[in-house]
Amino acid sequence: MSTRLASGGRHLDRSRSVDFSFNGKRLRGFQGDTLASALLANGQMLVGRSFKYHRPRGILASGAEEPNALVNMGKSGQFEPNQQATTQQLFDGLYATSQNHWPSLEFDIGVLNNYVSKFLPSGFYYKTFMAPRAAWKHVFEPIVRQSAGLGKAPKDRDDDFYEHFHVHTDVLIIGGGIAGLAAARQAAAAGAQVMLVEQTAHWGGRAVVDGAEIDGMPAADWVKNTVEDLENAENVHLRTRAMGAGVFDHGYALVYERLTDHAPEPGLPRHRLWRVRAKQIVTATGAIERPLSFAGNDLPGVMLAGAVRDYVANWAVSPGDRTVVVTNNDDAYRTALALKQAGLEVPAVIDARTHAQSPVIDAVREAGIRIEFGRAVAKVKGRARVEGVGLATQAGEGAVLEEISCDAVAMSGGWSPVVHLWSHCGGKLIWDEAQAHFRPDPDLPPLGADGAGFVRTAGSASGALSTADVLADADGQGRAAAMAAGHKKRKKAGPRAETEIAAPMEPVWIMPQGAGPNLRQKMWLDYQNDVKVSDVQLAAHEGYESVEHTKRYTTLGMATDQGKLCNINGLAVLSDALNAGIPQVGTTTFRPPYTPISFGAIAGEARAETFQPLRRTAMHDWHEKNGAYWEPVGHWRRPFCYQRDGESIEQAVLREVNNTRQSLGLLDASTLGKILVKGPDAGRFLDMMYTNMMSTLKPGRCRYGLMCSENGFLSDDGVVARIDDDTFLCHTTSGGADRIHAHMEEWLQTEWWDWKVWTVNLTEQYAQVAVVGPKAREVLELIGGMDVSAEALPFMTWKDGRIGDFNARVYRISFSGELSFEIAVDAHRGQAFWDALLEAGAEFGVMPYGTEALHIMRAEKGFIMIGDESDGTVIPQDLGLHWAISKKKADFLGKRAQERAHMTDPDRWQLVGLETLDGSVLPDGAYAVGEGENANGQRNVQGRVTSTYHSPTLGKGIAMGLVRHGPERMGEVLDFPGTDGQSNKARIVSPVFYDPEGEKQNV
Amino acid sequence: MLILHCPYCGTDADETELAPGGEAHLKRFGPGSQDADFEAYLFARENPMGVHFERWRHANGCGKWFHAARCTTTLEVFGTYSAQTLDPPQEIRDAITAKRPGWRWRDFA
Repeated sequence: MSTRLASGGRHLDRSRSVDFSFNGKRLRGFQGDTLASALLANGQMLVGRSFKYHRPRGILASGAEEPNALVNMGKSGQFEPNQQATTQQLFDGLYATSQNHWPSLEFDIGVLNNYVSKFLPSGFYYKTFMAPRAAWKHVFEPIVRQSAGLGKAPKDRDDDFYEHFHVHTDVLIIGGGIAGLAAARQAAAAGAQVMLVEQTAHWGGRAVVDGAEIDGMPAADWVKNTVEDLENAENVHLRTRAMGAGVFDHGYALVYERLTDHAPEPGLPRHRLWRVRAKQIVTATGAIERPLSFAGNDLPGVMLAGAVRDYVANWAVSPGDRTVVVTNNDDAYRTALALKQAGLEVPAVIDARTHAQSPVIDAVREAGIRIEFGRAVAKVKGRARVEGVGLATQAGEGAVLEEISCDAVAMSGGWSPVVHLWSHCGGKLIWDEAQAHFRPDPDLPPLGADGAGFVRTAGSASGALSTADVLADADGQGRAAAMAAGHKKRKKAGPRAETEIAAPMEPVWIMPQGAGPNLRQKMWLDYQNDVKVSDVQLAAHEGYESVEHTKRYTTLGMATDQGKLCNINGLAVLSDALNAGIPQVGTTTFRPPYTPISFGAIAGEARAETFQPLRRTAMHDWHEKNGAYWEPVGHWRRPFCYQRDGESIEQAVLREVNNTRQSLGLLDASTLGKILVKGPDAGRFLDMMYTNMMSTLKPGRCRYGLMCSENGFLSDDGVVARIDDDTFLCHTTSGGADRIHAHMEEWLQTEWWDWKVWTVNLTEQYAQVAVVGPKAREVLELIGGMDVSAEALPFMTWKDGRIGDFNARVYRISFSGELSFEIAVDAHRGQAFWDALLEAGAEFGVMPYGTEALHIMRAEKGFIMIGDESDGTVIPQDLGLHWAISKKKADFLGKRAQERAHMTDPDRWQLVGLETLDGSVLPDGAYAVGEGENANGQRNVQGRVTSTYHSPTLGKGIAMGLVRHGPERMGEVLDFPGTDGQSNKARIVSPVFYDPEGEKQNV
Repeated sequence: MLILHCPYCGTDADETELAPGGEAHLKRFGPGSQDADFEAYLFARENPMGVHFERWRHANGCGKWFHAARCTTTLEVFGTYSAQTLDPPQEIRDAITAKRPGWRWRDFA
């Protein structure tokens, strides 16, 4: 049983008790505890169930590498699954529950998987659930869905908020152990701007726990002094609880700071994502201890040797009264000593090496601890927790020589440098035979914009394992990083530590090495995803040779811990099974983030109202107050219609159309793109941009134009007004203004850069109102000002002048088929102008109308809409717009493409009108079916609906569509089956349903 | 997340400020050109493993298009230059050959 020791615990404040809840149990810890240490202090060894077999699992590690102790944190709007108990600091009121079990942690039905594990080998999901096909929907899928996933996704909106910080720095140092501190102090001395981040709440890392001596003082004192010095330095920025999450191209790094996870406080952001641009990055990320692969190595009570030390020294927690230490290296001997010093029993140190000699081994021997060389753990005894270990010969097959009773096992398989950040951006690794780990290859670092390396590693992350080596490496790397960032002020004397003498470690990948299938089936590699030695061996046996394939087949290293513990062990087992060297098999790819970061932090401030900027016309607030039912158009909001009391949306739209056709409607057309094109070559330029001839347009006149991409496809349309000889104003679609402006600039800057043309996007400079309907002229005359008579301002002309009190530019253009004036005034006068029109229009029953009425009226007239009739595969010729395509011009964008064989194919679908036989409305996007079936057994198609509405003017459903040979098939009836299986018959007619002669608009 | 130097406004621009525009130094083929030439102009693009010339626009900056010469494998940037040129300038070519001796991809003579 794990418990709290009577004294000690350097992180604890024993005067401050903290209440928390785990699975509904009220428990108590101390200020300074992690959730993991507090659970252990309360005797809670069992913290979760494994993913596949639902085996009982306890805490294995003490930091970010923990695979087992994942919990649900918080409730409702603060709920978050898969949080590591080892990195979660305790606070008053903390609410955690365990996950992946049903009905309870102690009694879990899913554990049945454990007993049928023989039938759930690696890749079982590729081998089962195959047939019968019909079983998928009702049997397999519900089972897979029920058992899939670790934890449950939150259902409520996140109560917390998050932020991004952007910083530039000379040197970013990731990791606040002695290596990071030593590197920071030297880089700062050289004069560089330094940012130093540490993922835990404490500086100093392992060295403090392991009792190192630096510069003749305990590591804890050296750390304290160094941090103080750095805090006082103006050019150093220190952050704790800030994890280096990823390193990206050209010195970009993400740092994930957990601001209030340890002490929730409303009003403060929960996480902060630092987006750092650094000239140099030093990763002082330390090393992670590897587990040993022996049978039963996943039972609660089996822990990493270093973690056991951490719990004793940092939180005064003992994992058990009797702890057996099993190792292949010297480092675990420190754990034996730490336990002994804490007054606990160490029945034996089981060392897989046949012999080893070093001061630390001597110290253990002198402490009276039994040491067994050349021995292995054959298997761990116990069901829900450790009860003892069977001692065996490492060289043998696992015959038990002796049973040693114990309630905890501390294991160490050696240390692997944390190379993740080094590798994220392409840093290469080399295999270190002596330490049996991959370490960064300093000759092949990630390269920056200048082609030189921009990441270095320091300390254990470089593969240095003794304090003296760590400090020497870090000191040098700190200096080198500052110099590479252009700083070379004075150099400080580096910190020093005594050289340690350690016996060489010996790689042990399977314990005992000759273990048979029964034992190998109980040797866990990946604890979180339940991947065992036998699974990797099976994968190799089945022909998986690539480590990347094996990873995906077995799911080794694919859990939330991304294989921090199992990577090397799994690799070694695979290479052994393949009879290849470990460096030849290689590693899987390390990808950011280092440990999972919250979606909230990634999104930052970009949520709700700040997700995207909202563009507002001058009349936006008026629309809002007058019943606007909004429709997003680009970054704008446009009223779809204006609902009155008790009115449905459909009723509102009908009213708006009828009122506009019969009397007077107003449309806020301010969102329409307005691009000024000016210069001696403006006409020549627009001749290239539009399919029409624009250079011949007379000043004072307007022309409807089409724009195509160089591929020939229709891209945008709008009315061009020639202002004077050198100046044109090009109207674009509402969503297209920025895109078309960019399109113009691209051609001007990169192809015809010698042409004298300027373009300016004036969209937001003007408020524009379409005054539409039979009473349009009368209302303008009532307001008074410029002559808007048919003689003074004929159709498709424009004029500058005064309307009432306003400077206005009036265009006689119509998108509705009615008499229509589009009037632009200065944006800041838009609302006043709108008010003036409403006031003067009152006697005509003026009403504003929205985009749906606009759409219906244009469809009644057979006018196309970009995005409805065009979809990026449609050319103007498909839409019967030949009249708008110049035959005189030698060139325009899209001309050559429209000459390609497929573009001139007479079988291309062509625009027609469609009229249902029963007056109903065709389903949008429906396809017209033809004779026969295609290769997939689907009906062949011969056309599709592009726009479809109920026309209030005509009192029936109208539609436009593209139909093969459509214009030649007038009167023919096509069948458009709906997704409801109903047949919809429609007759091919002219797309112009209303006023084909244009008598209404041209008055 | 690249950083490219904008030759127009003179700043080192973060990739978030930039919009990519594909391969640089394409020759436009218009009406009257052969099908094969026009098709190649529209669709055929180099995909080199190594030195490449690209178009970028300082979209969230000065708005200007420029060209960048960079290595597609190491992301090393050899230089950026005006888009208003048919060929890479000599100093860019020199910078490339200095880092990639014997480099040849396309004859820019």
